[in-house]
Amino acid sequence: MDLLSYFANVDWAEIWIATVDTLLMLGGSLLFTIVLGLPLGVLLFLCGPRQLFEEKRVYALLSLVVNILRSLPFIILLILMIPLTVLITGTSLGVGGAIPPLVVGATPFFARLVETALREVDRGIIEATQSMGATTRQIILNALLPEARPGIFAAITVTAITLVSYTAMAGVVGAGGLGDLAIRFGYQRFQTDVMIVTVVLLLVLVQILQMVGDRLVVHFSRK
Amino acid sequence: MIEFQHVHKTYRVAGREIPALHPTSLSVPNGQVFGLIGHSGAGKSTLLRLINRLEAPSGGKILVDGEDVTAFNASELRRFRQQVGMIFQHFNLLASKTVADNVALPLTLAGELSGKDIERRVNELLKRVGLSDHARKYPAQLSGGQKQRVGIARALSTNPKILLCDEATSALDPQTTASVLQLLAEINRELKLTIVLITHEMDVIRRVCDQVAVMDAGVIVEQGPVADVFLHPQHPTTRRFVQESEQVDENEQRDDFAHVPGRIVRLTFQGEATYAPLLGTVARETGVDYSILAGRIDRIKETPYGQLTLAISGGDIEAAFARFTAADVHMEVLR
Repeated sequence: MDLLSYFANVDWAEIWIATVDTLLMLGGSLLFTIVLGLPLGVLLFLCGPRQLFEEKRVYALLSLVVNILRSLPFIILLILMIPLTVLITGTSLGVGGAIPPLVVGATPFFARLVETALREVDRGIIEATQSMGATTRQIILNALLPEARPGIFAAITVTAITLVSYTAMAGVVGAGGLGDLAIRFGYQRFQTDVMIVTVVLLLVLVQILQMVGDRLVVHFSRK
Repeated sequence: MIEFQHVHKTYRVAGREIPALHPTSLSVPNGQVFGLIGHSGAGKSTLLRLINRLEAPSGGKILVDGEDVTAFNASELRRFRQQVGMIFQHFNLLASKTVADNVALPLTLAGELSGKDIERRVNELLKRVGLSDHARKYPAQLSGGQKQRVGIARALSTNPKILLCDEATSALDPQTTASVLQLLAEINRELKLTIVLITHEMDVIRRVCDQVAVMDAGVIVEQGPVADVFLHPQHPTTRRFVQESEQVDENEQRDDFAHVPGRIVRLTFQGEATYAPLLGTVARETGVDYSILAGRIDRIKETPYGQLTLAISGGDIEAAFARFTAADVHMEVLR
């Protein structure tokens, strides 16, 4: 029997479109998450207890916002965000409609991971850089971020994989993607073959992300 | 010249004031190697960090070549710090940068030299510390002694006039310690650099320092030229440090010598007197017999010294004592 007949329900063109949608959502949202989350993470770190710019109130406020956004289930955030999304991208539908909520959902998570990665940097490094007469900006750019690079790449990897699972819910706003396909066909129409294909593709995607991430972490650890 | 005028430092921990440094006045002449010795928590680390204002004093003035460090604004402080190198117990090298990039970092931050000039300077510094072959390696690939050499090269990159050493050899084995100290002495001699170092090992002080200050509980309890402090320690803390480095326990020694007949004296020779044939001469002339109970002949920085504990019996003991006192020798009668 033909192998493909096991997958009678699978529309491969549909799968291809869904894969591209998932990659677009992942790429777009990851990019903005890094652009917004990295500075937020640095700010959290600097304002944190016993750090360079210890600011208890700013830290408490940022921390609260981050915690609220992180405790919101993504599917709720997706709906709550609709007015804001329309404002930003002009639409609340499709890939464009999914990226803003994905970014808002992932940025606080990523910022926390960046904060943790920066805290892992030996305080002696900061002291040494200060003793050279570095400005705070120089300390961050020339010492803290390069030293935290392995941790930051690990954070990006974890965030990317989290984003992949978030995109599964983006079907709610018609953004498509593999997860959406799995829910609509695999689950709601009992098409097990579609379910299997999409899940395998998502698994492959996550594996690739983890492998690339691990490689980068090892490379920049300079051991 | 580094001058401390009534400088003190108090930390606030959980609403309580904890004094780290009681009002202290101190001066370090240019070109000297100045050692601060003390146990952990004695305040030596605080004192060192006050010099480049990694710690801000709670009161008092710190003058470096007449300029008040405590009055600097942010940009003056940055410029000042470029003239003060610092090395650390745990090296504090950037693991993400190569040896060459670590050494270049202070120059890159200062932003005054071009890339080519920086490269030339880095090569020159790596040659000085004997690491030219390791320029492209990462710190994780180096041994502890090599890492500290990178630290030294980095600290010297901006041609500082002062080098601060924070327990620079405490994480190294004895052999590596010796070679790093030798490098520091060489730098001090050739570059006329003022070095302030802190340590908890008297041996480090003995090998490289000109002056030493002994700290205990935030106070300098004894201070002076190393030979004086080392050979004739006054304060109990200083005595303990010296005994630790000599591995001698005075009480134990007293018990050991209890059965030895005659008087017991300790003679301390310094400089040329170390090599003079004094004992034999005195013994012949006064008819005393002597036996050496304990002794050590070594160097303090470049000055040779000897310290002998003798039992003396028979003959004219008082005349022998008078001869020792008259010679260029310090005598203590122990019994």
